[in-house]
Amino acid sequence: MSIAEVYESAGTLQNASTLKTEERRERLTFLGLSMPAVIGILIVVFLPIFWLSSLSFYNAAGELSMENYARIFESALYRRTFVVTFQISIAVTVICVLLGYPLCYWLTKVPDRTAAILMVFVLVPFWTSVLVRTYAWLVLLQRNGIINSSLMSLGIVDEPLQLAHNLTGSIIGMVHIMLPFLVLPLYATMRNIDTDLVRAAVGLGSTPRGAFWRVFFPMSLPGLFAGIVLVFILSLGFFVTPALLGGGRVQMLAQRIESTITVYSNWGAASALGVVLLLLALAMIWLMNRVFGLDKLFMR
Amino acid sequence: MKDNQKMTLTAGLVAGSLAIGTSAVAEGEVVFSSWGGSFQDALRESMLDPAAQKLGLTIKEDTTNGISDVRAQITAGAVAWDITEQALSDCARLKQEGALEPIDYGVVSTDGIPASLVDSDWVGLLTYSLVIGWQAEKFGENGPQSWADFWNTEAYPGTRAMFNSVSHSLEAALMADGVDPADVNTVLRSEGGVDRAFAKLEEIAPDITVWYRGGSQAAQLMADEEIDFIHIGNGRAESLNADAVQVGFTWNQATTDADCLLVPKGAPNRENAMRVINEILSADAQARMAVAISYGPVNAQAFETGIISPELAAKNNALPENMKTQVVLDPSFYVENYAELQERFDTLVQQ
Repeated sequence: MSIAEVYESAGTLQNASTLKTEERRERLTFLGLSMPAVIGILIVVFLPIFWLSSLSFYNAAGELSMENYARIFESALYRRTFVVTFQISIAVTVICVLLGYPLCYWLTKVPDRTAAILMVFVLVPFWTSVLVRTYAWLVLLQRNGIINSSLMSLGIVDEPLQLAHNLTGSIIGMVHIMLPFLVLPLYATMRNIDTDLVRAAVGLGSTPRGAFWRVFFPMSLPGLFAGIVLVFILSLGFFVTPALLGGGRVQMLAQRIESTITVYSNWGAASALGVVLLLLALAMIWLMNRVFGLDKLFMR
Repeated sequence: MKDNQKMTLTAGLVAGSLAIGTSAVAEGEVVFSSWGGSFQDALRESMLDPAAQKLGLTIKEDTTNGISDVRAQITAGAVAWDITEQALSDCARLKQEGALEPIDYGVVSTDGIPASLVDSDWVGLLTYSLVIGWQAEKFGENGPQSWADFWNTEAYPGTRAMFNSVSHSLEAALMADGVDPADVNTVLRSEGGVDRAFAKLEEIAPDITVWYRGGSQAAQLMADEEIDFIHIGNGRAESLNADAVQVGFTWNQATTDADCLLVPKGAPNRENAMRVINEILSADAQARMAVAISYGPVNAQAFETGIISPELAAKNNALPENMKTQVVLDPSFYVENYAELQERFDTLVQQ
């Protein structure tokens, strides 16, 4: 019930109508103020996306056709690219959860000051360029890199492990880059969980483990799901790390889009891949929303 | 980047027209476009400035990112460049699209230039070779001397890298399969030739640690000693030898590619462009270029000018003696089949 309605029901009609006009004017002012941003987004985001997507419906000869989409489903190369993209995205998400959840849980257990310092360790890499971090991993993982030379001098392995220039290297590099995207929303959610509830559960006879799984864990789920969605969707469109740590062998969707333009100069085919990637991301969000109820967690 | 180039060009044109207004010497102008950077500086000093001086022309410069620039100018009906340098297969592709002015061989002399680099619509400018290279500190002089050796993982155990490109790789595979360098292009075009090359490539693919994207990555892989055996640009190998690690290599069975000069259809100063091209291809200019940067002159007479020292000549990929067992890639083969071949290659690499 708006203020105007309150006054109206109270019978002060004259004031009510003045207030109503004021309210309308205010709404218009705010609408006007937000227009530059709305128009800006329309011009720099939606128009290019629309224009690029429309390219995908034309073949090389400039005729309307579904050729570009047919190719995606028929060609072994593209199928393989999709399989690899999903494999990597799923692996990265799972590893991020396994590493990130215990980390966040532990962060909620240590004193605030310590937690703040530890968060810096999470955030500093987050602010460093992806390119720099990926090259750093190359230095660590390659044949004469720090990891292999330490393992060999300790006598743990005889031959250097093949850690870079393959799927393993790409996943390691991507997990490092994606971890903050899981940790930040999850930690925020965990901090807001009332620990008295866990204590109450124990006080009422639950085991500590039971209290964790039946009280704490369910309450941390919204943050965990938000993190999973972020990591998975960002991984789907990842480019730099697999390009540098994949040895040319690991080709994800974004790399395929790039080579479709630079090597084949086929904008239609590249645009079709882009549309499929966008639809996949939207489908994932929809699916996760259906399963986990994301709208609830963003409305909190 | 593009906008910057346009700005440079506009600035160049303004400056140029001022120069024409004040100088009585310049009779005409030609706009030349190449890859920029220190590479283009070397072309300017060794070829463009002497040509401008000799012909009394003003040569203005721009930079190109590749074939799409030429297409865009022609599509827009605003051709700004009179001469541009492109990759050989792109010259062949533009010719197929009907985007080029014919080269006037009444003006441009082709003495000393191999017939394979002389086309009605374009002409070679320089060559470069991808050689079989190896870590010299580990293997001394005894690196793989042929593609058969490179394929022999038992005799040559170690990490391998190849260029992530179908051209160069198919040729290497055929030689590994016993094809003589002189017959490679014929076999590639013959029935079943491509299948044979891919079958051979499939043998080595599991042993290739890195399919590198470009020359700088190739150099980095060798500098980090990440790779033992590599198909690498001869210029890259030379510069590694100068500062980072020792890279041994052989000219035997190297794959050679070229850059070419072309005149886009509708170029404003065609006649002067032909005169400049003739100067650029002259033995002297080509020799000066070979001294300035580690690329091969297309004009073999460059080695007879005395400008290139014998030591430098021995390191040049285009020295006739070094060229003997190299394969010069056939640009028209790739123009006809490029997308299909590259896709097949990508599929192989991804497995």
